[in-house]
Order: sequence, then structure tokens, then C-alpha cells
Amino acid sequence: MQILKIKDTWAFMSYRKPAVIFSLVLIIASIVSLSVNKLNWGLDFTGGTLIEVGFEQPANLSEIRRIMEQGGHEDAIVQLFGSANDVLIRLGQRDNVKAEMLGNEILTMLKQGTSQDVEMRRIEFVGANVGDELTEQGGLAMLTALICILVYVAFRFEWRFALGSVTALAHDVILTLGLFSFLQLEFDLTVLAAILAVIGYSLNDTIVVSDRIRENFRKIRKGTPEEVINISLTQTLSRTMITSLTTFLVLLALFFKGGALIHGFATALLFGIFVGTYSSIYVASTVALALGISKEDLIPEVIEKEGADQEELMP
Amino acid sequence: MLNKYPLWKSLMVVFILIFGAIYALPNIYGEDPAVQISGKRGLDVTASTLDAVKQQLDGANIGYRSAALENGQILIRFSNYENQQNARDSLVKGLGDEYSVALNLTPATPEWLANIGAVPMKLGLDLSGGVHFLMEVDMKTAMERAQTNMIDTFRAKLREEKIRYKRVSESGTGVEVVLRNIDDLEQAESILKRVDPGYVFVDNEDKLSLKVTMSEQKIKETRENAISQNITIIRNRVNELGVAEPLVQRQGQKHIVVELPGVQDTAKAKEILGATATLSFHMVDQENDLMSAVNGRVPPGSFVVYDQDNRPVLLKKRSILQGEHIVGANSGRDQQTQQPAVYVDLDAAGGDKMSRGTKGNVGKPMATVFIESVATGEKNPDGSLKFDKQLEVISVATIQSRLGRSFQITGQPNPAAAHNLALLLRAGALIAPIAIVEERTVGPSLGAENVQLGLQAILWGFALVLAFMMFYYRKFGVVANLALAANLILIVGVMSLIPGATLTLPGMAGIVLTVGMAVDANVLIFERIREELREGKSVQQSIHHGYDAAFSTIFDANITTLIAAIILFAVGTGPIKGFAVTLSIGIITSMFTSIIGTRAVVNAIWGGKKLDKLSI
Repeated sequence: MQILKIKDTWAFMSYRKPAVIFSLVLIIASIVSLSVNKLNWGLDFTGGTLIEVGFEQPANLSEIRRIMEQGGHEDAIVQLFGSANDVLIRLGQRDNVKAEMLGNEILTMLKQGTSQDVEMRRIEFVGANVGDELTEQGGLAMLTALICILVYVAFRFEWRFALGSVTALAHDVILTLGLFSFLQLEFDLTVLAAILAVIGYSLNDTIVVSDRIRENFRKIRKGTPEEVINISLTQTLSRTMITSLTTFLVLLALFFKGGALIHGFATALLFGIFVGTYSSIYVASTVALALGISKEDLIPEVIEKEGADQEELMP
Repeated sequence: MLNKYPLWKSLMVVFILIFGAIYALPNIYGEDPAVQISGKRGLDVTASTLDAVKQQLDGANIGYRSAALENGQILIRFSNYENQQNARDSLVKGLGDEYSVALNLTPATPEWLANIGAVPMKLGLDLSGGVHFLMEVDMKTAMERAQTNMIDTFRAKLREEKIRYKRVSESGTGVEVVLRNIDDLEQAESILKRVDPGYVFVDNEDKLSLKVTMSEQKIKETRENAISQNITIIRNRVNELGVAEPLVQRQGQKHIVVELPGVQDTAKAKEILGATATLSFHMVDQENDLMSAVNGRVPPGSFVVYDQDNRPVLLKKRSILQGEHIVGANSGRDQQTQQPAVYVDLDAAGGDKMSRGTKGNVGKPMATVFIESVATGEKNPDGSLKFDKQLEVISVATIQSRLGRSFQITGQPNPAAAHNLALLLRAGALIAPIAIVEERTVGPSLGAENVQLGLQAILWGFALVLAFMMFYYRKFGVVANLALAANLILIVGVMSLIPGATLTLPGMAGIVLTVGMAVDANVLIFERIREELREGKSVQQSIHHGYDAAFSTIFDANITTLIAAIILFAVGTGPIKGFAVTLSIGIITSMFTSIIGTRAVVNAIWGGKKLDKLSI
């Protein structure tokens, strides 16, 4: 069966102006949100202590807050995590002599305060330096990934495509960061990993489209670049939709079944794949077109004989 | 034309899949509760220990499944957790503190699989439960100690050669030696230059002084030593804790990663790992008045230290001996007084120093000072951690006779404190103190829960994709689904086969993502075949051309995702690395199953005959 039965070529590129405006608006909104709201950095980046505890009965958050205040931890953020019995407590940096003992101290404090058996589920302590190093490393990783990919695509395709796909990637990353900033979702290491995975996925999509554009430039003798791009997008549309759909399905499974620890990760990927699909259709091709991609750029220097184009598809 | 694979190609596909399946197999057998016994302090576990252990368990009437001596450790498997606990308690009592008895979970892999090296995947701490520490070595102190060492060596050398000097003192990061006249200067220079090729002499013509710094090489060496000594010491401490499969590993310039799977009492683990302790022995200053010193008039050459009960003691600054000479320490009781005591053994140089230092002081009190280095949480201007030295007098004892290479320290309040002190001393004197800068502890129940959640997400994702593919591509969808299942098995097989690969919760998320993205290759191929059919090509031509045309696209698309995954692996740590690993493995295995694997099946079913129609 087929979801999309496409007979005619869709004129994708004739909507490129509204698409550019749409993307620009979203990018500006993201940047504004990032500079106003900032990112809600997770413990991995800010440093501090995080304790997840499990109670036998549904937890009384106000009581726990009171216990924390009495213990001298006024800055404690207390919230439920995953279920009504699980509580997450987050503390900022301490100039304490033994910051790493804090987790166990809090545990004892809660046991005495609530006179319930409190189960230690998770303690995380991150020193401030480590956080700084991570932020640096994370940014570096993202940059290296973008550059390596730029080089690979430029080498395999053409610099216009490379620039187009990297623009699409930057677009996806900025929008995903914008979403996290706008909704004030916690940005931790797993989210960073998810964003790198989004880069991988979005590129995957873009390359499939670019590959088809290149092929069609070589195959179709007549037609403007815009027409060739439209034909290519139409031909790959069905595949783009199906792959996005299957990836979306598994991510939904991950979001609903994977537990609270993986929520941020799944959210970033769900959103990233959504914008990634859009950007591979509109952003990458629009940029390549705007940079003046043409038949001549993609035809190999040695002119093939008629009917030899089948062989030319192989690398 | 007909689409046919040569026999060897089909056989290769089958062979690789069987190979992957066999190595994935150990993962379905689960784990046995076990107890692991190893010797402390280089003590070996022997066959006779094994017999003693068996007797002990039989005597206590605790049933066990097997007991074996492997790689210098005894491993006893049980059929339930109750027996495991009982056995541990009984063995700890029976064997004494010369052996470390640790609870463990051992893979219940059947023997024939274990014999061909098939083992289950290693689980990360977020799945198995346990503690992860990142420790930072205080390089500043390491360099300061190297400087002090330089001063001591120079003084000793000059004294030995009977060259009189004005002073030997620190200057910047180096040392300045001031002499009395030009002859001495020349003589001193030629002698000191032979001490260590790592010392660099800076010319200083107009003065009667020598300036010496450490060469780049020497500085690097000192830093390396500080790290490797800390790693050795942490390994010893971890062994003292009795953890089944600990990991102590260097990370970067000044960090050490410690992973203790299954440790529940994290407070104790941290106390022992985080505190660096050393001893220093000083004579008590009896010539000067303690009270006036406490009030601020501390005589030069002396200093005030408080004891456990906060009583001040006035000590001579010059130490008789420092902790780095300690080679062993045991706790016990003093034979006469039955007081808790710590027996200390020194190396030869330490023995000499001790004997020289105590020779003229028989009958006088000597204090044992316990120096603990604790991270303050504050930072130096350069961003490294600040460490605080906490000094405490733990005993003041009258020297009964000239001391040598072994002696005892009394004054601990109880046997437990004596035991703890011995443990810390045994772990050695550190060149550089160390602090925990990151901790991740996962309780055992959360670990098990994470495994469940991860598995559920994989199964649900898998089921959804299978259903969709079957619905959308019918028979070809079934082929793609077979490839997907084969891909899952291969991922698990490869993960089990690579020794360094660890499965984490983000790693499981990576598998989920791979499941969703792996079908992409088949979607590309199938859509291509449909297009070719629509263009009016024959069935066989369409299949052939569909696979061929899609290949370069699939290859390019996957390579770029692989680049992202590899970068993630290079810079990521812990769980993130786990994600990068499963993602990379998944990309490679999925290319195999969805291109070569499905082609084999498609060729076998549709390839060998003349078809007019193809339902895809």
C-alpha cells in the first residue's frame, strides 16, 4: 500500500519564501528565548548535588521542604520525579568542606525527619570545575561534529550542498535549544547527546535529498534548477515521511516507556526529528538554490555517453 | 536478468548471523548471586583456602551451587540471595580480615558458551547500581613536594661533601642555593649538577648563589608520578573495600575515575577514598612554654597542634619521619595494656631516619601527627581545587628505646578507630592529595528499574516499527522486519563481544533510535524499486536497480551519522559514551542487515524466477 500517491511534481520551491520567513521567525524567537530565559542547565553543567529518594507512601513535599530548611538547605529544590513516591532534591554548590558527603547527610536527615524508611535511588554530585569543563567540551563536540560533516559533504557533493546541509543542521540545533529554553526543560548531558543525534538524523535526511538532486541534475537534461529540485523532493517525499514516521514511533515508545530519566533525551529527539524533516526539505535545498546551484556544478567533467548514466550512480 | 546471490555470499550472511546470535546468547541466561573472596595485601588465595571456605559453608549448613578458584580469587555461586547473604556473613567471621569477601552477581552463562569466550554485555552503573567517582589530583601540592624534596636532597648532598652553605631555600618554582665563596660555589655546582639530570641550573654570575629549576621533562614526570601513585593507592583502598569488579582508571591530565558496582554504603566508600592521610612524627617541644605559644608567642622552630580532645601540644617543626616511608600498618592490641594499637612498618630509609631521630631522645615524648588533606570546596585562582591540611595529634608517647623499622602507635579510642587508621596508613602516603569532584550513585532498585524501562522502550519501539513495515510493504516489509530483528541480535552480539563496550540507559535509547532509523535503508531501497516498477522496468531489473541506486545514498547518509556518533564517543563520558557506542554499532550492523541481509532474502524468494508483477 502507499500513503502518498504522487502523480505530479509538487512545487515545493515556490513556497520557499514563506518557508524562509517562517524559519527566520522561529530562529529569532529561539535566540531571543535563549538570551532572555537562558537554558535551564542541568546538574551536569552547573555543579551541585542531586538526590533522588523513594518513599514507601506518596511523598509529602511540603514536609520535605520543611525538613530541608531546618537542615540549613534553604535553596533546595524539591519535586516529584516519575511517580508520587519518588522525590528529587537538588542543591546548589556548597563551600562545604566535604561536599561529596552531602547526599548521605540529606538521606539521614530525611530518614529522621519523616520517620519513614527512605530508599536511596540516586545521588549525583558534580564539582563546579567539572561542569565548566563539560560545557566547554560539549560546545566543542558540537562544533567539531558540524565541521567534520561540512568537510565530508563538501568532499562528497559540492560546497553549495555542504553549506545548505550545515545551515539546515544549525537551524535544527538552534530551534531545539530554543524549545528547551522556552519550556525551561532541563538541559543535561543526555539532551546534548540527543542534539548530536538530531544532527546525525537531520543530515541523513538532507543527504538523501541532496543525493537525489545531484542524480536528477545529471539525468534530466532540461529543466531549471528549481524544477529539478522540485522533482527530487517529490520523489524522496514518500521515503522522508516514512522514515520520519518510524523514527517518531520508536521515540514515542522511548518517551512513554523509557522512564523519567530519559524524558529530556526523547523530547529533544522528537522535536529535533520533526524540524529536521522540515529543514531537509526546505532549508537545505533553499540555501543550495540561493547559492546558485546549477547543472554544470554537478555534471562530472568527463561527459558520459548516452545510456551510461546507470553506471554513473555508483560511487 | 535474474537476481541471484552466489552461494558463498548467502552462506556468509547466514554464518555472520549465527556467529552474532551465539555471542548474543549469554545475555538471556541472567545472573547468579555469588560471593567473591580475594586476599588482601598481596596475600594469595590458594586451594587450601578453598577447602577452608567449603568446610566453613558446610559447617554453617549453607547450600551453594559451585565453588571454584579462578584467577587468584574464589568464586562461590548460590541459587538464591538469602544463601549469598548468610554465606558472606559467615565467611567474613570465619576467614578474618586477611581476606576480602565481596557480594557479586556472576553471569550464569553455560559452560560451552563461556569456553568460546561468549559473555553477557557489561552493564553500566546506571543499570547495575553502584558508585561512580571522578577524583582530582592536587597537582599544586605535588609540585610543592617535589620542590621540598629538592631542597632536602641538596642540603644532604652539600653536608655530605662538607661544603658550607648560607642557605638552601625555595625561590619561585625552583630552589636557590646561597654559598659563602666562589670556590664553594663552583664545587657545589659541579656536585649538585650530578644529582639529577632533570634539574636545570640557571646562570647567576654576579651573586654567590645557584638557581635551580626543574626541566619540563621533570615536571611532566612529577605530574605523571602523582597520578600513577594515586591510582595505585586508590586501587589498594578499593580492594580494602571488598568490591567485586572495581574500575580505577586515569582520565585526562589530573583526573581518576573510580567505579564501584554494587556498593551500597557510599558514605564509607567516600570517606576512605576521599581522605588522604599521612603521618608525621615530631618531638614534643619541652623547652618552651606551651601556654604562651597557645596565646600567640609560638617559638620559632615549633608549632601548636591540637589532639582529638582539643588539647594543644607544642611540637618541634622538624619532623623525624614522614608518612611516605610507611610500607605497612596493622591494627591490633597492645600486648601489655590491651589498648587498641596500630603496628607500623617502615622501609629501610625510614628505619634509618627513625633510628637516627630517636637515638638522642630516649625518655622524651614523641607525638604522632595525623595529617589529613581535605578539599575545601574553594578554588585557587587558576581554577584548581583548594586543599586544606588538617593536623591532629593522635598520640603522644614516651620513647622507651631507640626505634627501628617497626613500632607501634597507641592512643586510638577504640579498635574500630585503630583499624581505620591502619587502613588509611596502609593505603600509603600520597604525593598529592586527591578530592572527589563528581559522584554518581545509583541505588540497586533504580538500576533494575532502568533495565526494565529500557527493555520496554526497545520492545515497544520494535513492535511499532514491525507492525508499520508489515502493513506498508507487505511481504517486503516482512523481509525488512527480519533484517531489523537480525540487526538487534547483531548489536547485542557485538556489544557482548567488544570487551570495553558497556550498556547504559542512554545506550538502550541508542538501540531504540537505531531500530527506528535502521529501516530507513530498506525504505530507500523499496521506494526505489517501486519507482523503477512505475517507470515500466521489469521486476528483476527494478529489484537490481533499486538496490544499486539506493546504495550510495544509504552509505553517505549513514557515514555522516557515524561521524556524529564517533565525535560523541570521543568527547562523551560514562552514559553518553554508551549511547555513542550502541549508535555506532547499530549503524554498521544495520547497513549489513538491511542491504546485504535483505538482498539475500529477496534474491532467494523473488530473484530466481520470472515475475510479471511484484507486490511491494
